[in-house]
Amino acid sequence: MSLVSYEFLAFFAAAAILYYVVPKRVQWILLLAVSFLFYAAGGAVYLLYPMITAVSTWFLALRIGRADSAAQTYIQEQKPDKEQKKAYQARIKKHKKRLMTAGILLNFGILAVLKYTDFLLGNLNVLFHLEEGAIPQISWVLPLGISYYTFQTMGYLIDVFRGRCRPEKNLFRFMLFVTYFPQMVSGPISRFDQLKKELFEEHSFDGTQFTFGLWRILWGFFKKLVIADRIAPAVAMITAAPDVYDGIYVLVGMLGYTLQLYTDFSGCMDIVIGVSQCFGIRLPENFQRPFGAKNLSELWRRWHMTLTGWFREYIFFPVSTSRFCRTVSRFAGKLGLHKVTKKLPVYIANLIVWFVTGIWHGAAWGFILWGLANGIVMMVSQEFTELYRAFHRRFPKTDGSVYGALQKVRTGLLFSGLLMFQYYPFGTVFAMLGNLLARGRLSQLFDGRFAELGLAAADFIVIAIGLVLMLLIGVLQETGSVRQKLAARPLVVRFTAVFLLFVMVLVAGCYGHGYDASQFIYNQF
Amino acid sequence: MDELLEILNDINPDADYETNDHLVDDEILTSFELVMLVTQIRDVFDVSIPSEDIIPENFNSVEAMMSLIGRLKEDE
Repeated sequence: MSLVSYEFLAFFAAAAILYYVVPKRVQWILLLAVSFLFYAAGGAVYLLYPMITAVSTWFLALRIGRADSAAQTYIQEQKPDKEQKKAYQARIKKHKKRLMTAGILLNFGILAVLKYTDFLLGNLNVLFHLEEGAIPQISWVLPLGISYYTFQTMGYLIDVFRGRCRPEKNLFRFMLFVTYFPQMVSGPISRFDQLKKELFEEHSFDGTQFTFGLWRILWGFFKKLVIADRIAPAVAMITAAPDVYDGIYVLVGMLGYTLQLYTDFSGCMDIVIGVSQCFGIRLPENFQRPFGAKNLSELWRRWHMTLTGWFREYIFFPVSTSRFCRTVSRFAGKLGLHKVTKKLPVYIANLIVWFVTGIWHGAAWGFILWGLANGIVMMVSQEFTELYRAFHRRFPKTDGSVYGALQKVRTGLLFSGLLMFQYYPFGTVFAMLGNLLARGRLSQLFDGRFAELGLAAADFIVIAIGLVLMLLIGVLQETGSVRQKLAARPLVVRFTAVFLLFVMVLVAGCYGHGYDASQFIYNQF
Repeated sequence: MDELLEILNDINPDADYETNDHLVDDEILTSFELVMLVTQIRDVFDVSIPSEDIIPENFNSVEAMMSLIGRLKEDE
């Protein structure tokens, strides 16, 4: 069930009415039932996958919690000396680690088999020079939201292992954490210690929060239906035919693809967070005006924040402080590479994180190369840090707003340019970039190819209005919540603003034949 | 404390470590720099900081870092 369908709106409306009618103590049970129904709408049999993840993780986390309790009891009752205590704690930690590893292997194993088997088989075909299809593809059906709920659940298991949160005793409450329907499909990836309070506390109807939630849903519909789906066919044409759409169209494709990706995914997040707000449940934000970033690292701290946060906490920090990285670093020191030793752990972990980020986004070499390219750009940028600092000290005026604006444009272009790895075959990425730089002319926009993209003058007006609106809201957000500012305005202003947005979605949204609004790009992970 | 300040100034000389107590929250110290810091703390103070302790609360100020180092030394 797509989040931008009439079915979903009816489903949400029914769920919201029931949510505030049933006794407050059973609200979370209603949410669980509704989440199961939502998931089962795509095929009840697929509910089996999140159930395996939920039950296995719940059980292992409980076992880890019990080991912790047993250790505490032992220390309190037996009062061991320091050495005995250390030895006992080491033994318990080893036991807990085995339980955590079992959960991680099982659940990431399921994800890996379902998502990457065909990629592996395809590569084996190539590696052994077999005819295409000699090793046939399996084409597993990917359960909805598997990457998201697996990452969220494994984050919980690691947190329990680290003692950052207590294990949930009630299996059904834990199932709600895994399957909560607005977020299960595309995130945001939440942490149990933050989400449990939101999910399980009793919620009274709050008119302001409900209205704010509806406004946010409407804004998400606008981004998705009015902008993302409008430009999607044109972007697909440009990016799929680099031999036809060369020169300036490489840039048009880059910017269009970025705009589509942003409006599609952030629009989806607006709907997810808005729906949750109507239930009185706050979810973490996934975007924070990413195109206001002045460098690529900062942009990635503002884009898909819960996923990058997950990678930072559960991969980047553990890998960079691991024994392996320490050993490599020491080895480099012995070779006399002293300047490298302190950076080596960072760079090894960084490349691993970006490899995983790439393959998380898609089981294809293009995505892996895109991920690694991002990681390499950040490492190069890190190497130039001292030079940048010296430059700014020498020319303090370069810290001004004009230079800042240039940095934002440069960062946006860099982010867009790297996305070419996702849609062009690897061999053609640099050729297309060279083609743009050598042969790109503005006049090519009027050579007839643009007209073939199927965008009419009305489409450009709608896209322009959309861009201006997004820019305006981005600027307003810098000084606080836009919805609170709107709520403080007179009724007539509020009504007019929301009504106009509603009419825009209704009139300028892309519906029906020729448009497939059934899928958000980030639903496919 | 002086040794820690020396490490910090070596990693990022532009920050005011004496007064700022939001070094991570305000993104003055990036995750790259945090790991470099952890690596150098290990070498200078002879204490290993586990990854689960790399959280903003432990690195937002010099005092928080000194307190973390002290706690970990005590545990060892």
